Amino acid sequence: MQPASVSHQASRRTALRLLALLGFTALAGKVQAAAPGWPEQAFQQKTDDDALKLLYGKPMEVSDKVTLDVPEIAENGAVVPVSVSTTLPNVTRITILVPENPSALAASYKLADGAMPSVGCRLKMAKTSNVVAVVESDGRLYSASKEVKVTLGGCGG
Amino acid sequence: MQPIRRDFMTMIGAAAAAGMLPRLSRTQARTDIYDIGRSGNVRLLHMTDTHGQTTPVHFREPSVNIGMGEAAGRPPHLVGGAFLSHFGIPAGSALAHATTYLDFQEAAHRYGRMGGYAHLASLIARFRTEAGPGNTLLLDGGDTWQGSWTAHSTQGTGMVSLQNLLGVDAMTSHFEMTYGEETFRRNLNGFNGTFLAQNVFLNDEAAFNGAEAFDADSGRVFQPYIIKEAGGRRIAVIGQCFPYQPIAHPRRFVEDWTFGIRETDLQKVVDKVRGTERADAVVLLSHNGMDVDLKLASRVRGIDLILGGHTHDALPQPTVVTNPGGKTLVSNGGSNGKFLGVVDLDVGPGKVNGFSYHLVPVFSNLLPADPAMSARVAALRKPDEAMLDEKLTSAGELLYRRGNVAGTMDQILCDAMMQELDVPIALTPGFRWGPSTLPGDAVTMEMVYAHTAITYPDVYVQEMTGDAIRTVLEDVGDNLFNPDPYVQQGGDMVRLGGLDYACTPGAVMGKRISDLTLADGTALEAGKTYKVAGWASVNLPQGKRPVWDVVATYLRRKGEIKPGRPGRVKLKGVDGNPGYAA
Repeated sequence: MQPASVSHQASRRTALRLLALLGFTALAGKVQAAAPGWPEQAFQQKTDDDALKLLYGKPMEVSDKVTLDVPEIAENGAVVPVSVSTTLPNVTRITILVPENPSALAASYKLADGAMPSVGCRLKMAKTSNVVAVVESDGRLYSASKEVKVTLGGCGG
Repeated sequence: MQPIRRDFMTMIGAAAAAGMLPRLSRTQARTDIYDIGRSGNVRLLHMTDTHGQTTPVHFREPSVNIGMGEAAGRPPHLVGGAFLSHFGIPAGSALAHATTYLDFQEAAHRYGRMGGYAHLASLIARFRTEAGPGNTLLLDGGDTWQGSWTAHSTQGTGMVSLQNLLGVDAMTSHFEMTYGEETFRRNLNGFNGTFLAQNVFLNDEAAFNGAEAFDADSGRVFQPYIIKEAGGRRIAVIGQCFPYQPIAHPRRFVEDWTFGIRETDLQKVVDKVRGTERADAVVLLSHNGMDVDLKLASRVRGIDLILGGHTHDALPQPTVVTNPGGKTLVSNGGSNGKFLGVVDLDVGPGKVNGFSYHLVPVFSNLLPADPAMSARVAALRKPDEAMLDEKLTSAGELLYRRGNVAGTMDQILCDAMMQELDVPIALTPGFRWGPSTLPGDAVTMEMVYAHTAITYPDVYVQEMTGDAIRTVLEDVGDNLFNPDPYVQQGGDMVRLGGLDYACTPGAVMGKRISDLTLADGTALEAGKTYKVAGWASVNLPQGKRPVWDVVATYLRRKGEIKPGRPGRVKLKGVDGNPGYAA
């Protein structure tokens, strides 16, 4: 295996910088979006059940077509990388919940028509909890969940 | 091959005749235990977790190594008699001494010290010669650069020079990275073999800043695999370093990197070496720990053999694990240089047809010391020889560390911190390295380093509530006893001084620890604040005084050290568990 070419490296860096810029834009946008359409109440719910009821109000089923990528143990509970993707068709929304957090609903993405159903973010987790991903596809809800352990650290081996 | 063998036989014969091995039976003295034969076309030699022990040591294997959930009662969670009967090892034999705690003191006198790079070197040379040129690979599973003053004082560089003398072809890591990225990379530059780790990636910030990576496109920091020609076949060796580096050790040593088991990435690497690289056999050189490797082997397809380390399990035979792609062998190679894993593989085109595995014990009394390696080891030790040989005290009982909840050497560390720092409670990490000292033997400064030499060694004193202390114990207990191996980090329980407790390994997190009792017999109060000493903190800043200095000061005042106090930790619900014999 050969190290990647210089151009690869450059393109990756450019892409990352671009993403960082987009991040700033998104952040600025969020403040404005907080007014219309922002599911204020859902984000205030303590439990995942209550948040889901407010967001969707319909049943969901576990699906192996929803891929949830999280670490087994968080390297830093303050920034836990979570990503969700799916092979399901016509995805309109992807929601991420952390039931053990003070407010269970962590993120909810509305997807435009034709958008690739793959999202990622960093979540703050105070303690060990399941992370639940909910995908809305063709109007129905599909989920996957995995436990992420938050530990004090320290070694033995 | 012939000269080595003759030397070896002559040596045993001479030793027996001279009465140096008085209790070694005639049969054992006359039988060459290193005559393991040879099968197949490829020989893999596997060493792991030597923890910087360059000279032979005693190392007592655990009497408490409890498995929970699926792991209950299966290797590696067997101790003593249960271990011997599972593997069909005769009680009282050399291998029984090497792999169990049974009759440890007596057997240690009978069979002598184990390991040492000079003895390992002659054994490796012999097995290479027997396999014929171009048929052998020597793989080092890591935790090689740390654990002794020799390793520590050279920041790992001394150990690299020994690896190069042995001719290590590939390695992966754990404590190697606790020297920090700069030193780690400098050591790798001096390493003649190939460092492999598929499971380390740049974090986003580091990638954004263009930090150094093997593959900038994916952000993978190190070479994930290598294809080696051996026995006329293509052997893929994939590296899997310790997955929880920034959790188990201070994050600052590896601040640009993110780790994890990374099953999905591993599967892609396996598929690639099986596919475009046309590997005939696929080996994972792993520092996951045995329980993690067993679970991984049940889920990842296409690996023929996992050569494992980290959990220091000396297993005479690998476990065969079935997964959707076929079967994977999972071994674990012990620690402290006590063993060399020898795997003979019959590799055909794209397929392993058969194997034979030997966990070969390295008895320093039965193996010649390789002269070049002896000289190199002596040279490394020479500058600090007088300091290392200082006799601090003598052992009034067997001093050992390994075990799920307690060890006499760790009691000494706690007692030293409590007395020297004048606190009622002390904590010391449940490390699994650190050799044993026989009763009557000197406790030297070198032995203290062998239990403390890390790159964040300073002691601290802080105030903690009873509740916070309990939280620490529950957290570490879950890292050890959680039934899901993927959330175990591979160490033992934190050891306590000045505080007794009970632990129910089978309970859920938050419910395992009970009956916390102070030395005066009163119960630990949840809301009350206590002064607690400790060392090896992953979060607190380093202070001024390394723990080895505290321990040495304490020991110098003792004519003899006898920590005693068995039963400090009461284990509940483990009766009948074959991993429990204390």
